[in-house]
Amino acid sequence: MVSLEINGKTVEVEEGTTIYKAAESAGIEIPTLCYTPIMEPYAACRICQVEIERDWGKELVTSCNTVCQEGMKIITDSEKVLNARRVILSLLLERCPNVEILREMAIKLGMELPEMVPEEEAETCILCGLCVRVCAEVVGVEAISFAGRGAEREVSPPFDEESEACITCGACFSVCPTGTVKMEDAFGRKVPIDELTVGPPKSIAIPTYQSVPNVPFINTETCIHFQTEGCNVCAKMCEPEAINYEMEDEIIDIDVGTIVISTGFQVMNPSGITRYGYGKFPDVITSAEFEKMTNASGLTDGKVVTSKGEEPKDIAIIHCVGSRDVDTHAYCSRVCCMYALKMAHLIKEKTSAEVYQFYIDMRAFGKGYEEFYSRLLSEDVRFIRGKPGEVTNIAICAEEEGKLIVSCEDTLAGEIRRIPVDMVVLCPAIEARDDAREFGAMFGLGCTADGFFLEKHPKLAPIETASDGIYLAGACQGPKDIPDSVAQGGAAGAAALSLIDRGTIEVESATAMVVEDWCSGCKTCNLLCPYSAIEFDEKIGASVVNEALCKGCGTCVAACPSSAIIGKHFTDKQILAEIEGALI
Amino acid sequence: MSYEPKILGFLCNWCAYTGADLAGTARMKYPSNIRIIRVMCSGRIDPTFVLKAFEEGADGVLMAGCHPPSDCHYQNGNFKAMRRYPLLKKLLSQLGIEEDRLRLEWISAAEGDKLVRVVNEMVDRLKELGPLGLSKSNVEPLEESETLNIDNPTEEENYVK
Amino acid sequence: MSNKEKLKIAFYWAASCGGCEVAVLDIDEAILKVIEIADIVFWPCAMDFKYSDVRAMEDGYIDVTFFNGAVRNSEQLEIAELLRRKSKIMVAFGSCSSSGGIPGLANFYSAKEIMDYAYLETPSTVNPNKTQPQVKSTVKEGEIEIPTFFGRVYSLDQVVDVDYYIPGCPPVPDQIVDAVLKLATEAPEKGHVFAGDKTLCDTCELEKHDKKIEKIYRPHEIIPEPGLCLLEQGIICMGPITRSGCGNRCINANMPCRGCFGISPNVIDGGAKFVSALASILDVAEEQAAEEITKSILDPAGTFYRFDLPKSLLHGNIRKIEEAIK
Repeated sequence: MVSLEINGKTVEVEEGTTIYKAAESAGIEIPTLCYTPIMEPYAACRICQVEIERDWGKELVTSCNTVCQEGMKIITDSEKVLNARRVILSLLLERCPNVEILREMAIKLGMELPEMVPEEEAETCILCGLCVRVCAEVVGVEAISFAGRGAEREVSPPFDEESEACITCGACFSVCPTGTVKMEDAFGRKVPIDELTVGPPKSIAIPTYQSVPNVPFINTETCIHFQTEGCNVCAKMCEPEAINYEMEDEIIDIDVGTIVISTGFQVMNPSGITRYGYGKFPDVITSAEFEKMTNASGLTDGKVVTSKGEEPKDIAIIHCVGSRDVDTHAYCSRVCCMYALKMAHLIKEKTSAEVYQFYIDMRAFGKGYEEFYSRLLSEDVRFIRGKPGEVTNIAICAEEEGKLIVSCEDTLAGEIRRIPVDMVVLCPAIEARDDAREFGAMFGLGCTADGFFLEKHPKLAPIETASDGIYLAGACQGPKDIPDSVAQGGAAGAAALSLIDRGTIEVESATAMVVEDWCSGCKTCNLLCPYSAIEFDEKIGASVVNEALCKGCGTCVAACPSSAIIGKHFTDKQILAEIEGALI
Repeated sequence: MSYEPKILGFLCNWCAYTGADLAGTARMKYPSNIRIIRVMCSGRIDPTFVLKAFEEGADGVLMAGCHPPSDCHYQNGNFKAMRRYPLLKKLLSQLGIEEDRLRLEWISAAEGDKLVRVVNEMVDRLKELGPLGLSKSNVEPLEESETLNIDNPTEEENYVK
Repeated sequence: MSNKEKLKIAFYWAASCGGCEVAVLDIDEAILKVIEIADIVFWPCAMDFKYSDVRAMEDGYIDVTFFNGAVRNSEQLEIAELLRRKSKIMVAFGSCSSSGGIPGLANFYSAKEIMDYAYLETPSTVNPNKTQPQVKSTVKEGEIEIPTFFGRVYSLDQVVDVDYYIPGCPPVPDQIVDAVLKLATEAPEKGHVFAGDKTLCDTCELEKHDKKIEKIYRPHEIIPEPGLCLLEQGIICMGPITRSGCGNRCINANMPCRGCFGISPNVIDGGAKFVSALASILDVAEEQAAEEITKSILDPAGTFYRFDLPKSLLHGNIRKIEEAIK
């Protein structure tokens, strides 16, 4: 271990540690432009200079590549240091006056800021070399390098032409401190910069907010590493070395006695309902996108802004987009009224915007819901009863200019209204998942016409299914809000546990039975049984039904040419008597 | 009184019968011409039941089960019904029963409306076909000592008593 | 001609081919055993008796009547009723009286169609005057009467009470001797059928496996694998549904069972049940394939009901047959 003093603070670090890292571990911030933990220090920007007190005087060194020595005395914020930084920064600002990171740094150093230049003329590359180095050292393809000398020095691919070596991994883009390297520039691979929509996931990402376990995964289909074996940026970045490209998907067979199906729902894509302009107007967004925007950790840090980055003055919330609509889904999605109220409440809290709720009926059905609705009524939210006919940007008067206009019949006022707004939030229908039928088939589950899994009985057995030991929970069974989903989930869990706890299952009582004296052993029935419950017993020369396996469908009973199989509780005699009775 | 056909329905417990239940709980209306017998699976429907139904006076028979290939609660009982159906229809037509009097339909537990449609269609078709005439109460016993007109026998009376 | 200790037996034939009569003779020297214990009091086919002889008997005079052939006309009905009155035990002998038999297949056609075909349409018919038999006709000698042709074929038990059945087309000698001897000693329960209670598969010696049929063949379309279940090879064999007791005669001749011993005791309708059994084991998974394979079964009703159409649930083609007896 080496002991040294930084800004008068004694710090102990391992041998070989750089001053930069030692300061970092002591909580002392040293500004830098070209340092990254994933690569060897390069000391190109010189911003990280610090002062070392030597016996012979004070010396300025770059902290990122100077190794700590026993007894060193370091000052990171002396006037000399700061002046040195100011000089470098002023030179860089001269070259790149618009670069945000330089300007922020200059403010911290108490410098005067230069005039901004028009964007198209502005140079933004500070020649830190991070991109060149990451491409060579980390990705290992050396697709870009410095070219030219002096004032002509720049980063470019060889001969400034499209480089075949580039694997468009985006590593250069991710390390560039000034935003000079843009992925849009990469050859043949455009990455949409999608501020508000959920957008295509990154190749390495945490699948959803609050996902369990809350860890990222790599999408091997889009990850550059899996396409080219290059990149490896994430592995280098990850200090705990958690990234392992060798891991493979595993299919794990688990024997279980009960299954709770809680596969949830999907949200309808409202772009199919073209009259609302989703996908056409950037300020027509879905409730989920709004939610992402208002999330404090979201893209806009929780601010409600339009696509132009301004605070909206009026917002329309349209209910029942795809729900309660014979053309799409006839059912009510149940959750939208209440979350629409919540959104209005949030908007009122965060902005001074006028909020319009376009509803068919307000369905505040749950505990405390009606009260919340009443509260919103007093919060000056405008409620308009009517389903909007369209959202358009075609203005017919001055006040509609530049706005989105929601036109709607206000069925309470009895008139057609056009409401100009800055933002429209749609509440799309909750749908059954596209793969629900296919998935349900694996479990012998039926689906209702709208694709939600079918419970055993709508009132008396809402969590059970037609298959014993398989239970339903949540919106896979039908649109449901959180309290209902939690309740059903709890019930499903309890039902599953009670079955597990009992440890035994009730076998079907209505099984089939072969009358040995009548069976001639023709072996017609044996293959018919889907559960392989019928076996031919050579000793007695007759087929035998294993009643533990038999589920009592009665197919063998119908097929037995000797009528030697009796389907208990559904015997031929009983059914024939029923026929006689039914046709009196 | 207008002719009201009698339809006997053999509905599988899991799909078609539940579908009929749904039609009921949803207050859908369908003709009372159908009388329903529940079986566990359409694979349980023995063609004997169908013949018995006709013998007992049904004008039409509906067999209904789960949609193939995968809706069947018993994996593939519906396939057995599907295989029996065409052969049974052929047999029935040889026995003088119009093929339309027997119908096999796949009705899921959610398709109460389909059941309603099928029953309506069957009633309409059976009204076109008219009574099958096997109802026991309909058969009037012939007089034993019916005299035949010898001098001027009708074609029928020629040889048939 | 009566001997008090001896059993008095009668034979009669109605709508039948005569094969049953030959079957009686077919018992060969075993007839001596029968004669030891029985006197024949009525056998119009083999001996000279008159109906008046029977009418003259006291009711219940005959111990056992073996009645073969189905009932199709008024004469057969009259004699069936007469013999029933005069007999303690009435035995339906052979497939036709037991269940209608081959003559019962006439129930697919109306009486008119049958008459027209027989008297007008067959290629060998020459009948320019289109003469057809009349129930009563007047000739020089006066009015003559022939039996009335009924609207359908009946099995014996559909017209009179029957005590026992000896099925088969025709019954086999062992079965006949066995039946006669049993009836002479201790009579079985009423309704007993002198045949196996299990189906033919029980006695059939061909190797049987779990069944799955891909294609149906008519017997002439395929040379069956020897020793292997014929049904599994796609040949329609009625064995699974037919009573055993015949000694596997057809199977031993490499022909499928035609079902002459009648349907197994628990089966209600042979045709329907065989549809169920056969279709269940077809190896098809699509509706269209099921229809295709159904096309290859040319005459399901005729094949599956070959020996018991009149006794099936619908008795025949419901549009063609007419009920005459109530």
